[in-house]
Amino acid sequence: MTGTHDKAGRPIVVVTGMGIVTSLGVGREDNWRKLTAGESGIRPISRFATDGLKTRIAGTVDFVNVEPFCGPSLCERIGEMAAQEAVSESGIGTRGRFPGPLFVAVPPNEVEWPQRQELAALVRANDAFDYDDILRTASTGAFKKYGPRFLFASIADRLAETFGTQGSPISVTTACASGASAIQLGVEAIRRGESDAALCVGTDGTVNPETLIRFSLLSALSTQNDPAQAAAKPFSKNRDGFVMAEGAAALVLESLAAAKARGAKILGVIAGCGEAADSFHRTRSSPDGKPIIASVRNAIADAGLAPDDIGYINAHGTGTPENDKMEYLGVASVLGERTKDVPVSSNKSMIGHTLSAAGTVEAVFTLLTLAHQRIPPTINYHVPDPAIALDVVPNEARDAKLAHALSNSFGFGGQNVSVVMSREAA
Amino acid sequence: MAEPSREAWITGIGILSCLGEGPAAHWQRLMEGNPAAHAKTIGPYVVHLTGPVDFDKQIPKRGDQRQMELWQRIGTYAAGLALESAGVKGNADLLAKTDMIVAAGSGERDLAVDAAILTGLPKAENPAAFLNERLMNDLRPTLFLAQLSNLLAGNISIVHGVTGSSRTFMGEEAAGVDAVRIALARILAGQGELALVGGGHNGERKDLLAQYDFNGYLLKGAYRPVWERAPGGGFAAASLGAFLVVEERAHAEQRGAKPLARLTAALSDRCDRKPGAVRQTLRGLWEKIAPSLAPGHHAVFSGASGAEPATGEERAFLAELRVAVRAPGSYVGHAPEPQFVINIALATLALSHGALYPGDGGIEKNMGSTLRQVVVTGVGHWRGEGLALVEAPNMKGMTG
Repeated sequence: MTGTHDKAGRPIVVVTGMGIVTSLGVGREDNWRKLTAGESGIRPISRFATDGLKTRIAGTVDFVNVEPFCGPSLCERIGEMAAQEAVSESGIGTRGRFPGPLFVAVPPNEVEWPQRQELAALVRANDAFDYDDILRTASTGAFKKYGPRFLFASIADRLAETFGTQGSPISVTTACASGASAIQLGVEAIRRGESDAALCVGTDGTVNPETLIRFSLLSALSTQNDPAQAAAKPFSKNRDGFVMAEGAAALVLESLAAAKARGAKILGVIAGCGEAADSFHRTRSSPDGKPIIASVRNAIADAGLAPDDIGYINAHGTGTPENDKMEYLGVASVLGERTKDVPVSSNKSMIGHTLSAAGTVEAVFTLLTLAHQRIPPTINYHVPDPAIALDVVPNEARDAKLAHALSNSFGFGGQNVSVVMSREAA
Repeated sequence: MAEPSREAWITGIGILSCLGEGPAAHWQRLMEGNPAAHAKTIGPYVVHLTGPVDFDKQIPKRGDQRQMELWQRIGTYAAGLALESAGVKGNADLLAKTDMIVAAGSGERDLAVDAAILTGLPKAENPAAFLNERLMNDLRPTLFLAQLSNLLAGNISIVHGVTGSSRTFMGEEAAGVDAVRIALARILAGQGELALVGGGHNGERKDLLAQYDFNGYLLKGAYRPVWERAPGGGFAAASLGAFLVVEERAHAEQRGAKPLARLTAALSDRCDRKPGAVRQTLRGLWEKIAPSLAPGHHAVFSGASGAEPATGEERAFLAELRVAVRAPGSYVGHAPEPQFVINIALATLALSHGALYPGDGGIEKNMGSTLRQVVVTGVGHWRGEGLALVEAPNMKGMTG
């Protein structure tokens, strides 16, 4: 079809700009080169003392400075860097005016320990104190600077201001599926005809003692600290959890008609999105895999494709025993006999789990995979899990002929989102 | 693109606040006209809290209740009321295609753990190691899940079986407005047929009160209605939960569901809050719905929080319109994320009575004719502006 609408009569949504920051570095070129070389961005944590912690490694973005340091400021900064790269590449709009809405996947935002200690120090209580003391200090106005910073709306609001996006920016959280949800919201807005373009950003810069410990207490993290680069082992028999990481990515989405009209270079197509909520458990998937299967099937159907059309899967692949087992069940149920022939790799083996940003980060990598016709590997794959009969593209990148790829994102709270991307408009 | 033949109905509302639970209790308290009776204080702050709630009625498993903090229990409870009101509760086929959008903040901290750590840190030989050790030993593993923003939606899936889809928007008042806006846009465009949209909030969290008081956004001292708080001003934090079931007309008709009201518009915008910007933004939004308004038969339910200068600017804008206004926040307090939703629910209630509840005698004037349309405003304490148009179900064809 040479038209600008898909089989369902909806505007085809294309990508005209991409940007990315991960623990591997800044920008598409650097990230893609290292990712396909099988490099790991996981290292011992230097941001804070890890005394007494079971997990002492992460994929932090340490080469970006924000002052004073706090999670939301890092999220905002790396989100801005990724969005800047994407918007510059697309050449859309004018400086400071992006002609469409903003959807940002952000982690939950709250006052962190350094600020809490600062508040406490101001109280100057001699001995024990409680939140009433903090309230007394808060009400003096001494912490005005932290007010908007720790509001949920603040990251999206500042990005909206910087890029001049239109209307109310939406901050979305669906846990570790957030980045995919942001893309889905953008796709839906363009399909509704509300806008010809959307800026979709996922960002997460929240590796700090408490977030690490929270995941650790749920036994979700790898504790194989040495060597750090070998800790993330998706689909391996000896996988023992994910590795927390930071990163950001951005996509400029446009209707194909609008992109063509302004002569924009088309980098790929967001062909379809699917989702399904799981009602089984707060952190575990339904044992029958039905919600994951529904999410994948919905995305493929939304793209107007059949399971046989999918040539590559960018897995959620966290490296927790539970996720990889359930993702395999879901993928195998949809692909059937083709399961062992479809390459499935996990970027998280190299960049760790970028949490709220992961769906966006991995969508950028999936689009690069389609564009370069080269599949990034799953590294640290030395002990295959016989229960997971997948071609995980072990340890080395591989060339391939690919037309359509699927990216999965799953999160606590029963979140399942899948996105189908295509190299060219059908 | 919205298909002209499609129409969105509100077929269920679920509300829980300091006024009680459900439509009848809310309407009765609003008609009594004594908003101050529903306010309390925590330290210097005015707050509006729910009375005792029998959570077992909507969250039958105690194990589920234990996995939630109060904001989640309130929200999950209100979601159950909404599903019940719409006749969707317990219907697995309908729940499997219910698209959920929750507007959420984040969950409660363990204040005792925080306080003990902050007490010990200055005396610790190695403060960083002390922090790690205390967090490792004292944080309840499940507290994380009670804090995560998307786990209100997650709990609604688990407790009520909503599995179509699940999205959570964060970002204070704007999250609530945009949750309604996206739910409605998806239904009008044929991207969904049945939506559950809303949120829950706990107004007695000291960590959250501190957060909002960093910039002096809270009402302190004696209770005052939202319009009478300037200068200074501030909002009275509320514990409340509110959900709507929004449904495409044909879908509702097919299953015999009746409309409580029609939701015909939900719009949002962002401004930088320079002086005059809120007024200008509201004017821009209002112009988009003005052609649909029936002269003499519409009123405004304002989401004014009492925080200044936002409420002052909204008041100046509303005064230009010369329409009857009510600010339910004087009664129920202000819960940033679900406020817009509870105001739409209360507007639905007023439309079912064809009349407003008594005003304050000031800006809240009386209305001489039948109430057929309510414009709901949402002006965030820091950011976020929105409008919704809610109409009596029999208004079809009257608005051109």
